[in-house]
Amino acid sequence: MSTWAPGLFGGALIGLSATLLLWSIGRIAGISGIVNGLGSAPRSDRAWRAAFLIGLMTAGAVAMQFLPYAPARQQTGSTPILLLAGLLVGFGTRMGNGCTSGHGVCGLGRLSWRSLAAVLTFMSTAIATVFVMRHLLGSQS
Amino acid sequence: MNRTVAAALMSGALFGLGLAISGMTDRHVVLGFLDLFGDFNPQLAFVLAGAVAVTAIAFRFVLRLPQPVLGTHFRVPTDTTIDRPLLLGSAIFGVGWALIGYCPGPALVGLAGGLRDAVIFVPAMLAGSFAHYLVERRGNIDAE
Repeated sequence: MSTWAPGLFGGALIGLSATLLLWSIGRIAGISGIVNGLGSAPRSDRAWRAAFLIGLMTAGAVAMQFLPYAPARQQTGSTPILLLAGLLVGFGTRMGNGCTSGHGVCGLGRLSWRSLAAVLTFMSTAIATVFVMRHLLGSQS
Repeated sequence: MNRTVAAALMSGALFGLGLAISGMTDRHVVLGFLDLFGDFNPQLAFVLAGAVAVTAIAFRFVLRLPQPVLGTHFRVPTDTTIDRPLLLGSAIFGVGWALIGYCPGPALVGLAGGLRDAVIFVPAMLAGSFAHYLVERRGNIDAE
């Protein structure tokens, strides 16, 4: 399937989402930051975070039901690897203050050098990790 | 529902729609992008390009406004230092991301859609984030 068109279009929607959040309430649409703030931000600062995540999860899950290329429900990731990956993603994004959305979509949009450094770092370790897993260890996660 | 909450809900919905339409909720598409030296799939590059094309232009105009339309000031990071936690944290995130192909947004959408892998991944992700919170808090106490 040629997928550049849905990629660009979906990406543009993500960019619009980040623009709407910044324009309306002055916040950065970084998913890890929004999640982390749910537990640690002042109480008055939690409602918008919860609303954003409810919107994200509801719209995303509903849209997946209607797309011909939605992922299969029963996937086959190894449970220990899924748990390890989750721990590393949670720990790393909190330590590095952002993920693909905060540093990628928003940080690069702000032309932030700090975010560019973060993006280049996580892209590099990610590509190296896939290389080791797939081509040296021969695993198919 | 106040207007701040409504705006955040709308923004979240657009984000989720974008992730689903762009195919990013399928972790194998993401892994395909990271497999630079194998079965490479460029999809994620198109998604990031589409998103950054919008934010790079729109953020310039938005940040010229005196304040957000529903708030008193913009809460944009002011920290510009490229320090150890930024690089080490990002490096750790990259490894976890590549082990399975989930970053936080698609994982949360997958959880809501009942994808088995995301249902296992997300609680571990929250635990990892909480673990860092505990480590950092302990560091702050030790430093006092």
